[in-house]
Amino acid sequence: MLRPSPMNSSRRRFLLGAGALAATATIPNALFAYTGGSSRLVVVILRGALDGLAAVPPYGDPDYPSLHRELAIAAPGAPDGALALNGTFGLHPALSYLHERFAAGELVVFDAVASPYRDRSHFDGQNVLENGLTKPIGTADGWLNRALAALPRGEGRPGERAVAISQNVPLILRGETRVISKSPQATPDVDEDLLARLADLYSKDDWFSARLSEAVQTEKMVDGAAESNAMSKEAAQAAYPNRVGAVARMASELMRSDGGPEIAVIEASGWDTHANQGGAKGILATRLAGLDQGLKSLADGLGPLWPHTAVLVVTEFGRTAAVNGTRGTDHGTGSCAFLLGGAVRGGQVIADWPGLRRTALLDNRDLKPTLDLRSVFKAVLDEHMHVDANTLAKRVFPDSSGARPLQGLIRA
Amino acid sequence: MQAEIAVLRFGLGAKPGDLAAAAQEPRAWLLSQVRGPVPLAVNSPLAPSDQIYAGLLAARDERQKIKQTSTAESPDAKVVFNAVREAYQPHYRAQVLARAQSAALTNRPFAERLVHFWSNHFAVSADKGVVFGLAGTLENEAIRPHVAGRFVDLLTAVEQHPAMIAFLDNQYSVGKDSTAAMRVASRFRGADAVTPKRQFGINENLAREILELHTLGVNGGYSQADVTSFAQIITGWSIGGGKGRLADGVPGRFHFRDNLHEPGPKVFLGKTYTEQGQRQGEAVLADLARRPETANFIATKLVRHFIADDPPPAAVDRVARAFLKSGGDLPQVYAALIESPESWDEEARKFKTPEDFVFSTLRALNVSPAQPEEVIRTFDLLGQRQYTPGSPAGWPDTSKSWDGSDALMHRVLWASRVGAKYESGVEPTDLAAATLGGYARPETLTALRRATSSGQAVALLLMSPEFQRR
Repeated sequence: MLRPSPMNSSRRRFLLGAGALAATATIPNALFAYTGGSSRLVVVILRGALDGLAAVPPYGDPDYPSLHRELAIAAPGAPDGALALNGTFGLHPALSYLHERFAAGELVVFDAVASPYRDRSHFDGQNVLENGLTKPIGTADGWLNRALAALPRGEGRPGERAVAISQNVPLILRGETRVISKSPQATPDVDEDLLARLADLYSKDDWFSARLSEAVQTEKMVDGAAESNAMSKEAAQAAYPNRVGAVARMASELMRSDGGPEIAVIEASGWDTHANQGGAKGILATRLAGLDQGLKSLADGLGPLWPHTAVLVVTEFGRTAAVNGTRGTDHGTGSCAFLLGGAVRGGQVIADWPGLRRTALLDNRDLKPTLDLRSVFKAVLDEHMHVDANTLAKRVFPDSSGARPLQGLIRA
Repeated sequence: MQAEIAVLRFGLGAKPGDLAAAAQEPRAWLLSQVRGPVPLAVNSPLAPSDQIYAGLLAARDERQKIKQTSTAESPDAKVVFNAVREAYQPHYRAQVLARAQSAALTNRPFAERLVHFWSNHFAVSADKGVVFGLAGTLENEAIRPHVAGRFVDLLTAVEQHPAMIAFLDNQYSVGKDSTAAMRVASRFRGADAVTPKRQFGINENLAREILELHTLGVNGGYSQADVTSFAQIITGWSIGGGKGRLADGVPGRFHFRDNLHEPGPKVFLGKTYTEQGQRQGEAVLADLARRPETANFIATKLVRHFIADDPPPAAVDRVARAFLKSGGDLPQVYAALIESPESWDEEARKFKTPEDFVFSTLRALNVSPAQPEEVIRTFDLLGQRQYTPGSPAGWPDTSKSWDGSDALMHRVLWASRVGAKYESGVEPTDLAAATLGGYARPETLTALRRATSSGQAVALLLMSPEFQRR
């Protein structure tokens, strides 16, 4: 039986690592005046539904081993055991960089979290995660785009304060405020004369002309970054061996370039582990190691910006508490989330843990969510990006009055 | 503009002569294409799925041997992985090349587009190792024969195809009361009982995606209990030629494993199915294929694909009614789509996907790729590597999913490379007329005339707003 000590009446927290942080956790932000525009935010979307019970093994829960069986991660100290966070939760052994950041007070781990979505479709689940509503349809724009419109004026150029690190823009960033996209794949020089003629050809078509001019601007930004931050292709490949790393590198290059975006969205897929998921080693472990290294690449790449950065890592829902018939897990509900960065008041595990007893599971199968992801999103947008609370409640996350923003996630 | 709409929106873009061929009777030109099976338009010696799968099994055996003889502690997930990939690689390349050639050359471009539509509706992803060499076989073996047939036959062929079963993990989904599970359970009873290392049970993946993505749609009125029940119903739907006790059946072909099947009647969507074995799942598919939710879901997707990102409700309604009334007879469904006035709206144009862009370019320039590398590199560059939608929902079908600024820049890059290689000698303005007909804007024609080279003119044509839409 888990016995987390209640920190306050509404939410129980585990505060660990940097112990001194606990004492300051309730100081209101308002004491620290906003000085404008230096905050950076990266949102990492893990598409396919990450098994939170593998990424953040609740080894202290007595029901965990019998449900997660061969996929369970052993307690810290055992061979291939979890990396300890507190007496109850650990990190998957593949997440060594995250573990190091936890100890350094730069990582908050959330568990038993979910968006308001309660069915088990990836695609609807991702829609709700990204549209910020309580249902998969109802708006064509994403919450991060709506938040962009409400950002206090910063040093970023208007209209280009956010970038999707992909060829196209995912739902979370779609909307009225224009954003740019840039995949890690290099675009070798395109003939400037051709670009000028295309700009002319598009002059009567706003849709095309807006995109072309953004693309040209972005190319210039990347060229500038490449000059200031030169690294050979071979060196880059050695430093960023996996796809998440390459994406993270592009994000950090753009964010560090002159007038570059303050917000970036990164996507990583491959979490839908219905079969042969593996435990401390295996398919999921490999993915997690790639994510872990990718986040390290991001932090390294952001360099001097890191103290001003918060990185949110989220997934559409979790997976079944019990192993299925093919050594994997099926679609579930509650999962985990991470908030990482130099700006983050880390070293905390935030989990109102419902337990894994049969009767505690949602529909007899899933970890029951006890924290709405929008409470995390709102807190980060408020404390870190300084989006006005009223706008957050009304425009960015309508129907979210039940999801009060958490406090104390960001360093003052 | 009716010929242009028929050829550009419903087909794969104009090849020389297409606009003229469709001009007389655009509707009849379309309808005549959707009769009978739709084989690849090129003679390509593609291996069938069972042969490819047998190659995979052989590669896995080989890998097993390497593992057993190797003394290293963790010998080579890599060797293993490479052996499987090498067994699969030539098949993937051949399938991708044949697909592009068929799109470039076919005289039934509407039927070919429908093949692509259904292939995306019933998406499998070559990103998954076991699917890599099989992805194209689903399209060629399960979809092409039935694209102008009955939906229920298409559905059944797809769900029993080894690529789908492997992609959505059904081959080892086991009923708890199946003979295999009981046999294992009996071994673990008694005084020195130990816990079995592996628990038998179902895998919900295929059942859920059939309901959510292939038939009823996510709001189709089913519950988690229906998903679980349907997963029980299709336990035993597997692939022949596995390991050990699963070695029976023709390797690489659909194989019903009665010993994995959960026996007995089951309730699904309020109805009790008493059929035995494989027949039970087939009975469910037959019922799903005639439900109004399925008709509505398929109609919505067809209308979104052919008419507009936000499907006009009147057109959806017309197509759904044709689906229900005809019992899912697909040519009648397509006819209802073509007869919808919304289909012929000159202003309603869809932004092309990379696939649309590449195939329509091949047709416009009247060329067909000779090497798989060309095709593979092109789609890597443009962000739509063939048969890798990444998720069972398939590639997205709305402009917003493809219209990023970086995506546009990649199109410019590719168009300029294509232009640089262009040497047919056809005047670019004539090319524009043959390719876009009445959609060619005066300012585009002016830009083509002023271009510094025919290569630049071709790039400008391909990147013109009117060519980028369909």
